[in-house]
Amino acid sequence: MANENVAGSEDIVVKKKKRSQWAEVWDRLKTNKMAMIGLGMLVVLVLLAVFADVIADYEEVVIKMDTSIRLQGPSADNWLGTDELGRDIFARIVHGARVSLQVGIIAVGIAIAIGGTLGAIAGFYGGKLDNLIMRAMDIFLAIPSIMLAIAIVSSLGTNMLNLMLAVGISSIPRYARIVRASVISVKDEEFIEAARAIGAKDSRIIIKHIIPNSLAPVIVQATLGVAGAILSTAGLSFIGLGIEKPAPEWGSMLSSGRPFLRDAPHVTTFPGIAIMITILSLNLLGDGLRDALDPRLRQ
Amino acid sequence: MSKIIVEVKDLKKHFSTPRGMLHAVDGIDFKIKEGETLGIVGESGCGKSTLGRTLLHLLESDGGEIYYDGENITNIDQAKFRELRKEMQIIFQDPFSSLNPRMTVADIIKEPLIIHGIIKDKKKLDEKVLELMETVGLVERLMNSYPHELDGGRRQRIGIARALALNPSFIVADEPVSALDVSIQAQVLNLMQDLQKELGLTYMFITHDLSVVKHISDEILVMYLGKMVEKTSSKKLFEQPMHPYTKALLSAIPVPSLDVKRERVLLKGEIASPIEPKPGCRFAPRCPYATELCKDTDPEIEEIMPGHFVVCHYAKEINKL
Amino acid sequence: MSNEFLKIENLHIHYVTQEGTVKAVNGINLELEKGESLGLVGETGAGKTTTALGVLRLIPDPPGKIIDGNIYFEGKDVLDLTEEEMRKIRGNKVSMIFQDPMTSLNPVMTVGEQIAEVIEIHEDVTSAEAKEKSKEMLELVGIAGNRSNEYPHQFSGGMKQRVVIAIALACSPELLIADEPTTALDVTIQAQVLDLMKNLKEEFNTAMLLITHDLGVVAEACDKVAIMYAGEIVEFATIENLFTDPKHPYTVGLFGSIPNLEEEVDRLNPIKGLMPDPTELPSGCKFHPRCPHAEAICAEKQPGDTDVKENHRVRCFLYTGEVERKEEEK
Repeated sequence: MANENVAGSEDIVVKKKKRSQWAEVWDRLKTNKMAMIGLGMLVVLVLLAVFADVIADYEEVVIKMDTSIRLQGPSADNWLGTDELGRDIFARIVHGARVSLQVGIIAVGIAIAIGGTLGAIAGFYGGKLDNLIMRAMDIFLAIPSIMLAIAIVSSLGTNMLNLMLAVGISSIPRYARIVRASVISVKDEEFIEAARAIGAKDSRIIIKHIIPNSLAPVIVQATLGVAGAILSTAGLSFIGLGIEKPAPEWGSMLSSGRPFLRDAPHVTTFPGIAIMITILSLNLLGDGLRDALDPRLRQ
Repeated sequence: MSKIIVEVKDLKKHFSTPRGMLHAVDGIDFKIKEGETLGIVGESGCGKSTLGRTLLHLLESDGGEIYYDGENITNIDQAKFRELRKEMQIIFQDPFSSLNPRMTVADIIKEPLIIHGIIKDKKKLDEKVLELMETVGLVERLMNSYPHELDGGRRQRIGIARALALNPSFIVADEPVSALDVSIQAQVLNLMQDLQKELGLTYMFITHDLSVVKHISDEILVMYLGKMVEKTSSKKLFEQPMHPYTKALLSAIPVPSLDVKRERVLLKGEIASPIEPKPGCRFAPRCPYATELCKDTDPEIEEIMPGHFVVCHYAKEINKL
Repeated sequence: MSNEFLKIENLHIHYVTQEGTVKAVNGINLELEKGESLGLVGETGAGKTTTALGVLRLIPDPPGKIIDGNIYFEGKDVLDLTEEEMRKIRGNKVSMIFQDPMTSLNPVMTVGEQIAEVIEIHEDVTSAEAKEKSKEMLELVGIAGNRSNEYPHQFSGGMKQRVVIAIALACSPELLIADEPTTALDVTIQAQVLDLMKNLKEEFNTAMLLITHDLGVVAEACDKVAIMYAGEIVEFATIENLFTDPKHPYTVGLFGSIPNLEEEVDRLNPIKGLMPDPTELPSGCKFHPRCPHAEAICAEKQPGDTDVKENHRVRCFLYTGEVERKEEEK
């Protein structure tokens, strides 16, 4: 081959090590201050949830009532004060984080598994199947998701699993739509045609080409979706359809502190702040991920 | 006389649109000889890209026949055609969208080899990738780069390497240099010519750029709204264009020279819609020579001079033959 | 002070980004007289569009900054004007046509309204008069006046570009800056649009700065050419001089890269290598890593402008006598 055909002769640069794109995403995410703050807060929350039992014993501290110290403000013994039944609010928030994060993540997991598969099928195959799935989703969407969740929980009974199911099922259409849109836009890209031209089968095209390229919006939406699911859970608990008492849950803590809002505002304030911080950190991280996940943004 | 490797007879591809049937390719015939290049020229919307894709079964044809190496492959099933893909490859126009942004250069080039299970051993696979990269002039250190880190010229070389990986004998090149700057365009054109000589490749070269098509093709087929209007050797087409559309097209090229001033035939109007075309010559509404006959009746393919095919009712009269 | 119509002196424009400073324009000098048309030719990233935006002071800031230099328009330095004075020049005395006619028209306004809008902003007319004039402008670019109530999507690509030209010419500007006006169009339509622009230019005696990568378009439509490479004008000449006797190795390389319609060439003779990264431009002459004649001095020193004859200047050591021309191998 003629030498002139070697594109670029600046061979001084050493060959790049093979790096996964996730490493690059991480590099880009690192430069985003707000996302890192969100991630930091989230890591703290997760650690609190994981080590909740170490921080405060469930039987002894979290659910044990002691009306002699009810509705006390923050002190050295009870950092964030006590609630109307004399339970330590800090301990309940820490254990509540476990519930909230668990429900949030699993509910979104359910929604992505079902909604994502439906959306991917609709997007990839198109035509009648697409129409069928998406019209079903439209009907689903016509019911307000909180109403749907209320209906599901009240018919199945209140427990953690049903709560996850209710929150998860009510957000299926959202993921179906996102995945479908994402798959459709990737499906029309020329590199899919290129894969077909070298003889790739549908299964390979979906796994190797479509999924990796349509993942970004799903990841972003999932991060934001966990926040939404936590809020929904709190909302359901607030109206008494959440976790069975006396298990700590941020929404039900808010709800049960409500009558004492005037005399003991800390009972509702701290769970409120916990919800807010969690949502904020997830949203910050989600926004950061959105920018970091698009390799074409970097120019 | 070398053998005919690709033959297309009366090939049709229609798309259904809300406004009616779009006749993208409407009865095209040609043959390509082994080791030669057929250029397909036309303006945007004339169906040239659709033609290339239909030929490679990336789109299903709606009529006509496709032969490869003497075998009718028009209705061959996908599984069988997958084998044929080793022989027939494509290079895409847009080096930005035709490469998966989440795969490295090496992964992209080795994918066809993995799909067809040609090389199983990992080390040998890497060796083959390096060999291919060298063939198309990509330096080794780019192996683990991602497409978005490279410029258009290099990306197009990746696309060429991917097409060459399976050792094809026939390649459809769909506007392979249109997205590139002139100096890079020249490098890629030279590369394609070198590869053709070394590997004995046959090309179908689709482009809107007449100077590029003249440079690289042995024969040229000019398309207008899904139909062929003229086909002949590259040399003859430029020396003596016979169809009024070809004449106008050639005269419209801005020539980077002051000595040659072409007599310009300015066309009226713009390319019409290919949706539900009426009978008659498709070029008639813009043609300076059009008569009632042209508006009512389809012209036939006519061999006006040996090897020079023109589709025009008045080809002889216009050219004073 | 200068009396020329448009004169750019030693213009430097940089874009400061996180990844580094992009030196888009590095010391450009050019002159344009009234009614003259100048082709600004170069490849992607040569700094053509940045130069044009600089004349209108439309460089997005941040990240863009005009670092140094002067741009005299009718004797006044554009860079000293207030934003208000500048607004009066834009669209009125100088107007611009962008590459993509699809995106430079507002899809929810009729084409007539869009032309009338420009006229109303810059001229003291009633809206009825502006409307009347917008119809005249449409006729001028070869579109029937009664189509002025139609929306852009009802026009084809070539027609849209005509509408864009009509808008640009609505206030009879003295300078028209056209950034790749025909690149998105098919050849037969390109021929129509170029023809139209040429006629209008003669009719109104408008000066034109035509940005393109296509030397063929320049040969059609321009009086003078400036060849840009990596933010510099490497060669500046009348088209007669440039096309009959190109001097700079880059210009020669460009001609070698274009397949010739007139004669058979077996192989093209392209410039080797790639455009340099604008954040890390080579030292000395920016073209030296790709130049077949380069010697040590080219990497050390930046060549100045040399006048090889009247109306023909080159930025290359070959013409200062400091570097010998190497005979072409093969």
